[in-house]
Amino acid sequence: MGKVVVVTSGKGGVGKTTSSAALGAALAQNGDKVVVVDFDVGLRNLDLVMGAERRVVYDLVNVIQGEAKLSQALIRDKRLETLFLLPASQTRDKDNLTPEGVEKVIAALQSAFDWVICDSPAGIERGATLAMRHADIAIVVTNPEVSSVRDSDRIIGLLDSKTLKAENGERMEKHLLLTRYDPVRAERGDMLKVDDVLEILSIPLMGIIPESADVLRASNVGSPVTLADTRSAPALAYFEAARRLKGEALPINIPGEKRSFLGKIFGRKAA
Amino acid sequence: MNDVLTESRPIRLKGRSFLALALTPELPLEDWLTRLDHLASRSAGFFLRRPVVLDVDGLDIDRSQLRELVDQLGKRNVRIMGIEGARQSLLGADLPPAMNDGRPAADYEAKMAEQAEKAEAPEAEATAAAAAVITAEPLATKATPSLVVTQPVRSGQSLFFPEGDVTIIGSVASGAEVVAGGSIHIYGALRGRAMAGTTGNASARIFCRKLEAELIAIDGFYKTADDMEQNLRGKSVQIWLDGEALKAGALG
Repeated sequence: MGKVVVVTSGKGGVGKTTSSAALGAALAQNGDKVVVVDFDVGLRNLDLVMGAERRVVYDLVNVIQGEAKLSQALIRDKRLETLFLLPASQTRDKDNLTPEGVEKVIAALQSAFDWVICDSPAGIERGATLAMRHADIAIVVTNPEVSSVRDSDRIIGLLDSKTLKAENGERMEKHLLLTRYDPVRAERGDMLKVDDVLEILSIPLMGIIPESADVLRASNVGSPVTLADTRSAPALAYFEAARRLKGEALPINIPGEKRSFLGKIFGRKAA
Repeated sequence: MNDVLTESRPIRLKGRSFLALALTPELPLEDWLTRLDHLASRSAGFFLRRPVVLDVDGLDIDRSQLRELVDQLGKRNVRIMGIEGARQSLLGADLPPAMNDGRPAADYEAKMAEQAEKAEAPEAEATAAAAAVITAEPLATKATPSLVVTQPVRSGQSLFFPEGDVTIIGSVASGAEVVAGGSIHIYGALRGRAMAGTTGNASARIFCRKLEAELIAIDGFYKTADDMEQNLRGKSVQIWLDGEALKAGALG
């Protein structure tokens, strides 16, 4: 039985889709069989970020409504044998997602894959609640600014009350993924610091992804950042986050705080 | 002009719970009404001036039948103050308002159900139930219950506990609210709203490890973040009511 992971945030534009693709590709590079499911019906993006937009024939809604078989809708990544995408529909709306249909699809995926990564839409409505409903693990993607943190807090509340795990009285495993972190701006006070975010959300941190042009460049060429440039800082951070998702206990480096020895001697240049 | 008015005497809004009899009609309604008449003939004026809630949960009736039932009860001097367990489509402007236990914090539900059940006995034992209602009042005041929450209260969550004190081991997030009949103790940061003593308890207090609240209130007197003393922000603070003024002081 594979693990079902939901990547969620409440707020839009914080990096859910980028993170879903990057973590999916990172896990698949280890040989794990991974499927990334786009739940953002009507506003799909994951196919673009994964460079599969010209290969979409059937989608999640087709499968749920019985118009296509799951195997017809799954798209295998061209670069990684073990990475698959289940795209969302762009022409339908979220009302086409039914709880029973989603349950069936997730159960089928879970038996065939090691990881089922559900890329949640923004918001707290139907699409988002269905994406989190069957999850074993939740990754809460947050930017270091107040509105994103508050929305994440709201989502954590929903994860603890509206998911199957919560309704069965179990505890949902939750991880915080801090994205678009800019150490210079955090130091200046333009952004919340890592400690502030952790203090407010009080869930374990699984990684800090630095703000970087590499991320934008990767999505523009239709490749998860962990495939496009495996040596870049965000890719390395995603690789580490994926290892923590698998249960490894790695220490977390806060970007900017591992200032070089010389930097420490010559004072705070960045500030 | 407006500013002056709002500053000197704010409007006080308080939560309050009352005990009501809950009537649970059964189908067929004619038979049930006959039995009700029988009960009323034995103890005249039983429902007179009592608040009565109609519990129609699980009852398969439509809107016109419900209206008819309320009219029938009205003819028997049973005045319905609210309807519980009805689908939204059953209710309308001409019917009493919906009553659902009014507490959005279903997650932290506590004790109330017991009291409700006491008033909800079948009609044959209604006289016994009435006795229970009367004894229920001293019972409720005998011990002050308390609610302990061991996880943070997240944004958008609302914790409502009119029966007594609330203790939270964790923080109350921005956009979350805690409403208590007694005092509120927060072993963490208070970033949302805390309303203590809402059932008219002026001696209730609010305690928190770190005051970053959006709003605090005791017994209906409130202060927003802008009105609070800025030097206490981020500190360990207690808040109490002195006459009609909210006071705050650092702890420890």
